[in-house]
Amino acid sequence: MAIVQRSDTTGRPAWRLPRLAGDRLPLLLVPALVLLALPLIGAFPAWITLTLAGLAMGMMIFIMASGLTLVFGLMDVLNFGHGAFISIGAFLATLVLLPLAAWMQADNIWMNLAAIALAIVVAMAGTGALGLVFERVIVRPVYGQHLKQILVTMGGLIIAEQMIHVLWGPQQIALPLPTGIRGAIVVGEVALERYRLFAVGVGLVVLIGMLLVLNRTRLGLLIRAGVENSEMVQALGYDIRRLFVLVFVAGSALAGLGGVMWGLYREVLVAGMGMEVMVLVFIVIIIGGLGSVWGCFIGALMVALLANYTGFLMPKVALGSNILLMVLILLWRPQGLYGGAKR
Amino acid sequence: MSDALLQLSGVHTHIGHYHILQGVDLVVPRGELTMLLGRNGAGKTTTLRTILGMWRASAGHIAFDGQEIAARATPEIARAGVAYVPENMGIFSGLTVRENILVAARAGAPEARRLQWVLGLFPALEKFWNLSAGALSGGQKQMLAIARAMIEPRKLLLIDEPTKGLAPAIIGNMIEAFRELKRTETTILLVEQNFRFASALGDHVAVMDDGRIVHAGAMAALAKDRDLQQRLLGLSLDSHQ
Repeated sequence: MAIVQRSDTTGRPAWRLPRLAGDRLPLLLVPALVLLALPLIGAFPAWITLTLAGLAMGMMIFIMASGLTLVFGLMDVLNFGHGAFISIGAFLATLVLLPLAAWMQADNIWMNLAAIALAIVVAMAGTGALGLVFERVIVRPVYGQHLKQILVTMGGLIIAEQMIHVLWGPQQIALPLPTGIRGAIVVGEVALERYRLFAVGVGLVVLIGMLLVLNRTRLGLLIRAGVENSEMVQALGYDIRRLFVLVFVAGSALAGLGGVMWGLYREVLVAGMGMEVMVLVFIVIIIGGLGSVWGCFIGALMVALLANYTGFLMPKVALGSNILLMVLILLWRPQGLYGGAKR
Repeated sequence: MSDALLQLSGVHTHIGHYHILQGVDLVVPRGELTMLLGRNGAGKTTTLRTILGMWRASAGHIAFDGQEIAARATPEIARAGVAYVPENMGIFSGLTVRENILVAARAGAPEARRLQWVLGLFPALEKFWNLSAGALSGGQKQMLAIARAMIEPRKLLLIDEPTKGLAPAIIGNMIEAFRELKRTETTILLVEQNFRFASALGDHVAVMDDGRIVHAGAMAALAKDRDLQQRLLGLSLDSHQ
């Protein structure tokens, strides 16, 4: 009898994806918000455009936030330096994309995508390696000390931003979109921006990849168990700190990927771009529940969709809408959408 | 008495400013079940956690299978062959029953015969195999916690109050399961407050008070001696059914 081949009494396969411990109510929030916005916005093409913009932005925030939520979930580490990896990822991408400007401007989508893929590989490898150093030098000495974690990781963020100024100069760097994913696809009266579709695609690939790792591998099983009760994972004979380093490096690499995507979305890079987006990232992981990838995904989509809808309907309250969303979610579920599993 | 698998000599443990264990001397014979009894706050749970390195002994020696382990990290001690069932069971509520078992099997998928044997002891687990462990009842969670500790052969099982809050019928099942486990000659150190449970299973007993072992001997001798029970534990067999 192979343990992985067993199925329960309902006949469902042993491996389910996604597996949400039976609590699927928060999954309805995103479609509910999208449907609620339709009558308020009125015009169908505007609703589609805003929804796509929200989904694209949400996917990028999810990519940036997913690693951070696991880092907190596993070791209770408050890493305010996460924004540094977003900025560094975007700036590392320029090392590839600017020299490959000919590929970016070519009328060949495959050359465009090859340049972006190469930039993503360099950014993720660079931020992953920096994450390893950051964990060893800055985070490890302050395990279990939240106040010190905030102070030293903020310090790390400031140093990283200043290093970007030193290496790339203080001026903004333009990062134009490649020809193949610039502009929009027009379907009837609806304009669908190509880069936003691309960002949604990349976000889905990251989500599916994370779910596969978390739900179908032994490593993912240990991460999920560690997020819930790291002490018990140690009592079972696993070194939680090694697991944490791995997650920290992966989270830093994902922040680097998010930085590339966010930089291309803005088309202008500044050293503080990571810090700017960290407010949204923290709102997302608090809404989702610390340590929950699914919660982070739903939270990111909610935050981004709401920001786009309110930006269109009531621009003056757009900034506060995410804070209001967080308050409402926490009133409903004080530990976030899927934060209850943690010990 | 068999040779000692685990021996604590003069073990002290501090938690913050509190001096919890104050020179614990304890011998756990190989292949037998030793009960660790005592009033609330006597230091039983701290003793188990100190053995496993979750709280570091501030003084004294802990020898496991001939090796000094007092300074080792928890994962290293666990990999040396120690399994632990904490008082709160330590179940991963967000994982399924199957995943809880799988995560405890360090060698990979559990050996099929071993898995059948464990599920034979706790049939409810097979019924709820792919259900979230958080949805199990208290008794089923305790069964899962013990099954998880048994899923691979371990030299020593540390079990903290397995009957706490359980219905008498489930305690009866638990006694049968432990009897079956004893047949495999697994060494067990079991913390318990239920004297009936303890006397039904224990080969040896150690009684703690104020962070020290105040009595050690055969369980059968303590079970027969009501005066000693009253003196050591402040209870009698009749009053603790």
